Amino acid sequence: MTEMISVNGTAHPLPEDPRVSLLDFLRHDLGLTGTKKGCDHGQCGACTIIVNGIRINSCLTLAAMHDGDSVTTIEGLGTPDEPSALQRAFLEYDGFQCGYCTPGQICSATALLEELAVNWPSDASECLEGRIAITREEIRERMSGNLCRCGAYANIVAAIEEVATGGKS
Amino acid sequence: MTVHFKQNEPDNSNRLDGMKQGVLGKPLPRIEGLAKVTGTAPYAAEYPIDDCAEGVLVTATITRGEVTSIDRTSVLSMPGVIAVVDDEKLCTRAAQGTANEAPMQGPGQVCYWGQPIALVVAESFEQARDAAKHLSVEYREDEGAPVDPDAVEPEEQEDETVHQGDLAHAMAEAAHSVDVTYTTKGHASAAMEPHAAIAEWDGDKLTVHASLQMLNYNISELADALDIEEENIRLISRFVGGGFGSKLGISEEVVAAALAAKQVGRPVRVVQSRQQVFQTVMRRSETTQRLRLAADSDGTLTGFGHEALVSNLPGETFAEPVLQSSHFMYGGENRELMLNVARIHRMTAGSVRAPGEAVGMPALEGAMDVLAEKAGIDPVELRLRNIPEKNPEEGLPFSSHKLAECLKQGAEAFGWDRASRKPRQRREGEWWIGTGMAGAARVHNISEAKARVTLKADGTALVETDMTDIGTGTYTILAQIAGEMLGLDTEQVLVELGDTRHPRGPGSGGSWGAASIGSAVYIACKAIREELAAKIGASEEELDLREGKTASGEALTDLLEGKDLAREGHYEPGDIEDDYTASGFGAFFAEVRVNHYTGETRVDRMLGAFGFGRVLNAKTARSQCIGGITWSIGVALTEALEFDPRDGHLVNCDLAEYHVPVHRDVPDLEIVLVEERDGAASPIQAKGIGELGMCGGAAAIANAIYNACGARLYDYPMTPDRVLAAMPD
Repeated sequence: MTEMISVNGTAHPLPEDPRVSLLDFLRHDLGLTGTKKGCDHGQCGACTIIVNGIRINSCLTLAAMHDGDSVTTIEGLGTPDEPSALQRAFLEYDGFQCGYCTPGQICSATALLEELAVNWPSDASECLEGRIAITREEIRERMSGNLCRCGAYANIVAAIEEVATGGKS
Repeated sequence: MTVHFKQNEPDNSNRLDGMKQGVLGKPLPRIEGLAKVTGTAPYAAEYPIDDCAEGVLVTATITRGEVTSIDRTSVLSMPGVIAVVDDEKLCTRAAQGTANEAPMQGPGQVCYWGQPIALVVAESFEQARDAAKHLSVEYREDEGAPVDPDAVEPEEQEDETVHQGDLAHAMAEAAHSVDVTYTTKGHASAAMEPHAAIAEWDGDKLTVHASLQMLNYNISELADALDIEEENIRLISRFVGGGFGSKLGISEEVVAAALAAKQVGRPVRVVQSRQQVFQTVMRRSETTQRLRLAADSDGTLTGFGHEALVSNLPGETFAEPVLQSSHFMYGGENRELMLNVARIHRMTAGSVRAPGEAVGMPALEGAMDVLAEKAGIDPVELRLRNIPEKNPEEGLPFSSHKLAECLKQGAEAFGWDRASRKPRQRREGEWWIGTGMAGAARVHNISEAKARVTLKADGTALVETDMTDIGTGTYTILAQIAGEMLGLDTEQVLVELGDTRHPRGPGSGGSWGAASIGSAVYIACKAIREELAAKIGASEEELDLREGKTASGEALTDLLEGKDLAREGHYEPGDIEDDYTASGFGAFFAEVRVNHYTGETRVDRMLGAFGFGRVLNAKTARSQCIGGITWSIGVALTEALEFDPRDGHLVNCDLAEYHVPVHRDVPDLEIVLVEERDGAASPIQAKGIGELGMCGGAAAIANAIYNACGARLYDYPMTPDRVLAAMPD
């Protein structure tokens, strides 16, 4: 039976070459180039996608390992006609410059909001149990796997904070 | 029709301020932003090209010598492998910015460890990568290649040398003097998008999608490398995932893709690995800098000395211009400036964001802090007392000068406390807390530029140039300039960039993009306005355009009578370049925490105040400033290229070991835009801002470290081990 992966709601057969990373499968085989390759070594976060609800670096995993998995990429979060709330906030707060790390930042932030919603603690959290307060330091800690060499961090944090707090920060 | 304007005089007409649309300067979101946030903006490697083969570069594992043999049979039988390319035209280095000619070629000769020597082409990336690792190469190594900049006799860069008065005497006579030596380590641009190219031939016509900053120069560099005519080349770089100097000139993958595509008769894509980008493109040179400052009893400088040692490969003309702003930043009639270059066999040294000031200003501004303490003068006040009225070496007037305003407004906004200059006064738990400040300067550059503006019969406008937007905001500010001039909202202006089929822009580099290409668009729009004004019997000055109509209510679409109206603007800087010293100025303020036990420094808040002419878009200008400050944090605390002392190879060649600032390293940043009009800078009264934000910021952090914990350091980056070693007991 052919191994299949679901990407943004569409089923695709997995590649035959076991060396193909999930990142290269998305970019090359499926033409979903919104997911970026910045380092190919899990060091920059540009390739961040959401697999079964969890954010991962897609360069650090082989496509062949994802039989039956459900993947969401930047293309699955919103479109130019219907951008997501985070995509709109990044635009408004200028949370990017060259735009290359941006899809990874937004995928990461999308999953971050879910992690906060279920109170996963981080190094920046006051305590390990109970409700996690949404602070800038909390956002910074959780986004530190996504590098931005243009240095848009301050604006990225502002955009995420806007969405995380519903504009009440 | 082309309208040429050579600027020999300042233009203080401030014409843009008289326009009625009201879009220029506004903090509008980027017009290409939706494409970027939705992942639909295509970068160089992402164009779907039919039948495209994949190439992977092979790099040298010796420091100096020659390739004696490449055994193609070692890989040609591997699955999917199509060819091994070791053409003599392969480039072995990246071109320096504005080189306009091919970089070093000939892969048989090796000049540094990691130099490209061949390309393996295969059906898939995985196959090419595997084969590249298995390619059997033999070398004859020339032993003893120098790799240590301190172990060779340096070459003096004589055009940088200044001997004015008698500095030694001024130092001896000074009421207060400082003689300190700083070091800075090398830096990498580390743009997020790796260098990439897809080359495709159609007969003798070559199209290359590449990640490049300066297509107007890059097309000449590629033509020279391939020995073909520019007319046969089309370069496309519509979206560039950051450059920071590393994509000023063509790099090895562009030429390799073009040669391979020719050899195998089909399109070829070459993307450098992150490690290859680090090792084959450009490094900022490490520096050693001696600063000598002599001052009288009230802190007025009587002597100024700045001598620097940098390095590069043999045959490279680039020398990190460490002294660039030191020539005019502060007064002092007795002056000694000298720049020396050590010829060593480390990878190519070239432009990394703000070449020169990025490392020169942190040393100078650190030394100024030492002087302020010795003289017992507040560091803001010390700088205010030493702002020269004119260039202290050449005697030229400044085109404008906002250092004093930046210092004062920055200090006010930051809440600078003059009383807290004594170090080690505030401690919270394990943390010493303190503040520091620094001045900023970055020379203003401007370049020839061409752009075509078409006012379409339907009342929309089209701007076309081969200028690039590398994250700088070019798309948006050009829409704002054209919209302002032609009375249109930015939604009515389509901007097409990054294609050599369009008129030649200046390229993105040296912070000159906005002022140069913005001026070309301004000139084209002004010519269109003259045509429109003639149609209603008015002068251009009298023409008020807003929301697609004249003041008397005539629609642009009616005036155009169904025809497009196109003009090419050609801007050329003339005597203004020679008649003035032009620079952006600014001031940085930082508050840091330093851990008493670990020496770790955290930046808690930082503010920058900058004067750089007209603000074209307050949102993107601010973003440039916060980007620069973010780099300042890296320079101050973490960024350092490390080279193997045996073979000179770059050891920390990835983003895990070369530490750029991450989210948690960057606190809330405040920017004060000290807006001005500088008519000698450009016809739109704008200067550059892409680099000013990192020209001295590291010193504000260094000075804050001293104020916090009493550790006075002279070596950047100020890593925990260094801070701990310098901390008083």
